[in-house]
Amino acid sequence: MSESSTAPLTTSDGVPLKVSLAKALRREKLRSFLLIAPLLFFILISFVAPIADMLFRSVENAIVPDTLPRTVVALEDWDGSKGELPGEPVYAALAADLKEAVKEKLHTRLGSRLNYDMPGASSMFRSTGRKVEKFTDGNYKEQFIKADKDWGNINFWEGLKQLSSRYTDGYFLSAIDMERDSTGIHFKPEEQRIYLMLFGRTLMLSVAITVSCLVLGYPVAWLLANLPLRTSNLLMILVLLPFWTSLLVRTSAWKVLLQDQGVINDLLVWAHIISNDNRLPLINNQTGTIIAMTHILLPFMILPLFSVMKTISPSYMRAAKSLGATDWTAFWRVYFPQTIPGIGAGAILVFILAIGYYITPELVGGTSGIFISNRIAYHISSSLNWGLAAALGTILLGVVLLMFVLYDKIVGIDNVKLG
Amino acid sequence: MASNRGASVRYENVQKSYDGETLVVKNLNLDIPPGEFLTMLGPSGSGKTTCLMMLAGFEPATHGEIFLNEKPINNVPPHKRGIGMVFQNYALFPHMSVAENLAFPLQVRGMGKAEQEQKVKRALEMVELGKFGNRRPAQLSGGQQQRVAVARALVFDPELVLMDEPLGALDKQLREQMQYEIKHIHENLGVSIVYVTHDQTEALTMSDRVAVFNDGIIQQLSPPDVLYEEPKNSFVAQFIGENNKLTGDVVEINGDMCKVRLPDGTELLAHKINVSGVGDKTTISLRPERVEIVPTADHQNQVEGKIEELIYLGDHIRIRMNVCGNDEFVVKVRNRGERWDLQQGQMRKIGWAAKDCKALDAVL
Repeated sequence: MSESSTAPLTTSDGVPLKVSLAKALRREKLRSFLLIAPLLFFILISFVAPIADMLFRSVENAIVPDTLPRTVVALEDWDGSKGELPGEPVYAALAADLKEAVKEKLHTRLGSRLNYDMPGASSMFRSTGRKVEKFTDGNYKEQFIKADKDWGNINFWEGLKQLSSRYTDGYFLSAIDMERDSTGIHFKPEEQRIYLMLFGRTLMLSVAITVSCLVLGYPVAWLLANLPLRTSNLLMILVLLPFWTSLLVRTSAWKVLLQDQGVINDLLVWAHIISNDNRLPLINNQTGTIIAMTHILLPFMILPLFSVMKTISPSYMRAAKSLGATDWTAFWRVYFPQTIPGIGAGAILVFILAIGYYITPELVGGTSGIFISNRIAYHISSSLNWGLAAALGTILLGVVLLMFVLYDKIVGIDNVKLG
Repeated sequence: MASNRGASVRYENVQKSYDGETLVVKNLNLDIPPGEFLTMLGPSGSGKTTCLMMLAGFEPATHGEIFLNEKPINNVPPHKRGIGMVFQNYALFPHMSVAENLAFPLQVRGMGKAEQEQKVKRALEMVELGKFGNRRPAQLSGGQQQRVAVARALVFDPELVLMDEPLGALDKQLREQMQYEIKHIHENLGVSIVYVTHDQTEALTMSDRVAVFNDGIIQQLSPPDVLYEEPKNSFVAQFIGENNKLTGDVVEINGDMCKVRLPDGTELLAHKINVSGVGDKTTISLRPERVEIVPTADHQNQVEGKIEELIYLGDHIRIRMNVCGNDEFVVKVRNRGERWDLQQGQMRKIGWAAKDCKALDAVL
């Protein structure tokens, strides 16, 4: 022992033991790497790279300095807080940049990019783009303002100057309902705020869905774990059945069930529980989203719960009762604490799935029941403001990771059992 | 802790069926006086555990009534029966410390904190685990978990404690040690204990009386020595201890004794236990240690056998012989330091007293 503490251990031929061990394990490591290599490669190019690219778009702003390189340089010396329009050299640089951009048909793209922050910019660039060819040398300032009077608006130039750097925090500011102007960063006017409210709603509805999944799934999981094998297998098939049905079909079925003239309302009216004039608004609102998503995500709660409950021997409950506990005490003090890993796993699974859900809120949520993901989809496919979509997505990802860390702090991630 | 505060238990015509087609327990009648250590012994599927579960209240009796201290308990839920129970896998609550496990039955009874602590401490000391109160069950060895389970079943001072194969998961040495500890606890506390096991050694070491179960019926209910010396039927003789079987026909009955003719023509004198008359098929049961390899005039039965195998076991020598057509005939000879000239393949005369071999019911 004393020898080993003074000199490093060596093999019989004098090679340090650690080197020798690493050599012996190298083949094994190489083989395990080769085994995972195809999947790793696939994930890198189809998953990690696109996501990284998408996240990069949330701060990327190269289009302004790339399309208007001279203007951006010329604007550097201008200070908008003095209340004066930029001088002739800036307009001259803009004319030169714009002529080039029109040749390469880039000016409309720049227009739509600027339009996110300065409404009207898109039409400004389109109309001026048509006229800039005929501009005569000299006195560009006048000609620009003649082409579109907004070129004489000092706010526009301020905005342009702010957007002239390669990287911007503008998308992130927009994503949390803030903006930057000459006075600094502040919240947008009340009526223009939308994203914080959507984030809040997404979180709240996801919590509501997780809770209702837990309340509905816990007894089912208990039955699954405690019924005789034949019956529980049948029940398990019923639980899994929704997995084998298309998500769209299930959501559409909820549309049929929940609408004003739908099955549920008809039944309630028929049973005289509600009157015909007071049909319950179950769809195109938050209620619809919660009902449909609870149904869709329920298996993700039941399965982890089941796998944990399956391992809890019935003798614990028996022991508790033989020690004098009532059924409820035995459940609450002995059974329930042992199912917490399952609750944790199910809750985190359902919550994370719910927070990023898109198709169901889109179909049954109406306007009051949509999630932040629907807004992201809108910016990706309709408004084509990918930068904002990326910023929203990054924030969503951040929120999920934050939840994960919080969960780890409170419950402990090693307490989670997925099966 | 006061002694002789055990409860009495009585099973009256108890039957149990799970599927409505077969009876797992067939008409059980059993009287357990206060303070007795009764063991239910039997192979798996013999109904012994079912009987225990009915007493604990986890399985309802299909028919009949169980009395605890002369009060019928069929309709009393398990948590109101006040019966301590030790489970096969201990069923210690994994999310509670040892002390919390022990305090659990006291808490649900609404006992004050100070009294709880005192009782838990005393119970832990009883099983010599005084310093382990803060550990989780998973941090204890199997033997320690077992002791905690016993302490938990006793901490609320029940009059009756049930044990369902509590030593099954322990290794042999620990099991033997725990047998004595449980026995001593029983002697000190005076509680009634109903103990279920399939291990006959456990049953013989610990019990006041043993009920041997087979096929849903108590085959014999006797103190351990009677069970071993005077088995009432072939099943008990075979199940308890080691046993040589010789099958034959009863040819003559003379008071307590009868003469049995074996298929090879040998006639043996046997103690008549479970035969009704001349002409009956019978199985003779004979303990290996009652056979003498140097027979004297006291040994009425003397036959010749061939030594098939010799095994030296230190304190005794085990000889497997072919006797009267049975080549599984075992003789145990105590090692008293005498030297016999025993050789494999040797023919040798052996003998035993007529009272030591019992003529029991025939088994196939």
